[in-house]
Amino acid sequence: MPAKAKAHRIGLFVCHCGLNIAGTVDIPQVLDAFRDEPGVLVSVDYKYMCSEPGQELIRRKIAEEKLDGVVVAACSPTMHEATFRRNAESAGLNPYRVEIANIREQVSWVHAKDPDAATRKAIEVIRTIIEKVRYDEELLPFTLPVVRRALVIGGGIAGIQAALDIAAAGFPVLLVEREARLGGRMAQLSGTYFNFESAGDLLAQKLEALRARPEITVLTESEVESLNGYVGNFTVRIRRRGEDQPREESVGAIVVATGFDLYPLERLPEYGAGAVPDVISGLEMEAMLRPDGPTGGRILRPSDGRPPREVVFVQCAGSRDPQHAMPYCSKICCMYTAKQARLFRRQCPDGQAYVFYIDIRSGGKGAEEFVQAAMEEERVLYLRGKVSRIFRDGDKVMVWGADTLSGQQVEIAADLVVLATAVVPRQDARELAQRLRVGTDMHGFFNEAHPKLRPVESLTAGIYLAGAAQGPKDIPETLSQAGAAAAKVLSLFSRHELVQEPTIAWVDPELCSACQLCVPACPYEARRPHPWKPVVTVNAALCQGCGACAMVCPNKASKLRNYTPEQVLAMVDVLFAPAKAQEGT
Amino acid sequence: MSGPLDWRFMDIVAERSGQPIATCYQCRKCTAGCPTAFVMDYDPAQIVHMVQMGQRNALLSSQAIWMCVGCETCGTRCPNGICVGRINDALRQMAVEEGVRVGAPAVYQFHRSFLNNLRRFGRVHEISMIVEYKLRSLDLLSNLDLGAKMLLARKLPPLPQRIRGRQEVARIFETAGAQGPAKPPEEQP
Repeated sequence: MPAKAKAHRIGLFVCHCGLNIAGTVDIPQVLDAFRDEPGVLVSVDYKYMCSEPGQELIRRKIAEEKLDGVVVAACSPTMHEATFRRNAESAGLNPYRVEIANIREQVSWVHAKDPDAATRKAIEVIRTIIEKVRYDEELLPFTLPVVRRALVIGGGIAGIQAALDIAAAGFPVLLVEREARLGGRMAQLSGTYFNFESAGDLLAQKLEALRARPEITVLTESEVESLNGYVGNFTVRIRRRGEDQPREESVGAIVVATGFDLYPLERLPEYGAGAVPDVISGLEMEAMLRPDGPTGGRILRPSDGRPPREVVFVQCAGSRDPQHAMPYCSKICCMYTAKQARLFRRQCPDGQAYVFYIDIRSGGKGAEEFVQAAMEEERVLYLRGKVSRIFRDGDKVMVWGADTLSGQQVEIAADLVVLATAVVPRQDARELAQRLRVGTDMHGFFNEAHPKLRPVESLTAGIYLAGAAQGPKDIPETLSQAGAAAAKVLSLFSRHELVQEPTIAWVDPELCSACQLCVPACPYEARRPHPWKPVVTVNAALCQGCGACAMVCPNKASKLRNYTPEQVLAMVDVLFAPAKAQEGT
Repeated sequence: MSGPLDWRFMDIVAERSGQPIATCYQCRKCTAGCPTAFVMDYDPAQIVHMVQMGQRNALLSSQAIWMCVGCETCGTRCPNGICVGRINDALRQMAVEEGVRVGAPAVYQFHRSFLNNLRRFGRVHEISMIVEYKLRSLDLLSNLDLGAKMLLARKLPPLPQRIRGRQEVARIFETAGAQGPAKPPEEQP
């Protein structure tokens, strides 16, 4: 353990964050409050502490005043803790003696209507953090080796592309696919928008490239059963269907590319609940349009095998319907519906295609033009409104809808109805997410770490996302994300070792009674009873510093570095010290 | 909805009006700028959409196609180059040809009176035109005060003016009449 010298030359740096903080919190009053604080040598403010002049100010004060502790009162530590720690380190201060007092998210933003209270709270938050810094140890990060081998879960186009890109850099990849063959949803598609190029041909090119890569090992009919370990050092158990023993593999990074399902027709009662044979899903239409499909590329009614003359396409079947189905837009349906309607009209020049839609969402390169061409060239009739009922009427399928543009109800006696059913997460996506310890959203799509800034990472280090498993996506978007996920894996693999944060748990052998309460409390399986000594040990590589063990330990033997019970109690003491003083008067 | 959807109707109207009707994506800019939309039973954007849907009967018997004054603001502003006024021209012609009961008879009678007058004199002579219109529409008493005011202000010359190009104007009518409505206007309801 490092020596326990308390910090006694602390610098306080208060950030205005423009008006984000200074507009609410009275900064001069905050600085005043710490003017005579024992052990605090510097208290200064600056407009933007995270800017280069702000950081330079901190570095200069560290050098001039020989500071041995720094408190930056600013935004949330998730924003800039790393920035300020790195900055202090470059000025010769141990980075773990730098703490953030969050006076933006937890003070100025939430108490904007009460500046006085906000100022008081800012002072209290800063006071407790100063107390914490006094007891902070000077810690050293440690390194762990990286297993430079990737696991890709899902052998659709997302997984294939991610595997190809990782393998192209020379690293081995394990590609796990649940089904007997690779290709996923793309293998079920016909021509693709915008130029009707065959999905099968495009996929074949990728599969050929895959076969040419000795780095890639494909495991079909296999599923990930469990995952242990941490970024750079995962241990994964993979079970192949029909085999008793799962195989255990070591990998350093994981790409989740498990794709999507479609909202089941059975759950759309007003659209026939899957019981009307001539009401089909978009994927069933794709199968008919495929030259190698069951109909040899011809559109035929499932009921009697005759080619339909009037086909109704219903968009948003289960999408944008928060009351009954999914609230979100499935994103790909506007485009593939236009494509299918055009292909149908090319097959049946004297037929008619109708598309019921709420909005047409055809953003991006070439998309709007493609949909317009459906109207102009193939004379597809777009009717604005959601279909309310579809039912069988003898030989026909009746479609009751409305056209809001002309303000009329519309009834069409169709030969075939194609429902653009919602893109939904894989049925078992949540289970897999639990096994991998990554998050999903309220529907079951895998959660990205940040919707804008970290769109291909999960919140678990070393696990990345690609394709529709993360949310509805078309093929080009899926390939982009797969490539990006591969780039993340490769930047991890560019190092032989990973730096680990030292702010993790340890066990004081003097206090530990080996009661083992902490063993099941640890979500990372980082704790194990010592083989013969009456103590519990911590696997530093697995520990993420969450503190669950410290909570359950009855003896306070289990502690987090720089978050010890002594520190927390000292922080609580100073928080209530002024109140006590007031009670005394 | 009246009648089944007829998707061939759009091609007929598109050819007749010369307008790319299939390109309409219903932004409704035409309607937003139309000075007479407020008196129409279907507004300009609805007219285009109903043409796409093939609602022949509703359109040909509508009053909207007769309320259009042909100012072409719609066509000037349309992002897809569709002039709804031209579509209305085509629809009016079709309505007359097919003997459909006209949705706005007074407007139709006014058009007839105006054109007859123009054919006769080469230039509109207001008093005789109004007389014809009054007789056609049997609306003898309205706007008398306005007529009196215009007379006093010397806005209504008593005799038609003789203009130089009368023969040319007459020839325009002959040519147009040969290509235009098959039935003479007098047989219209």
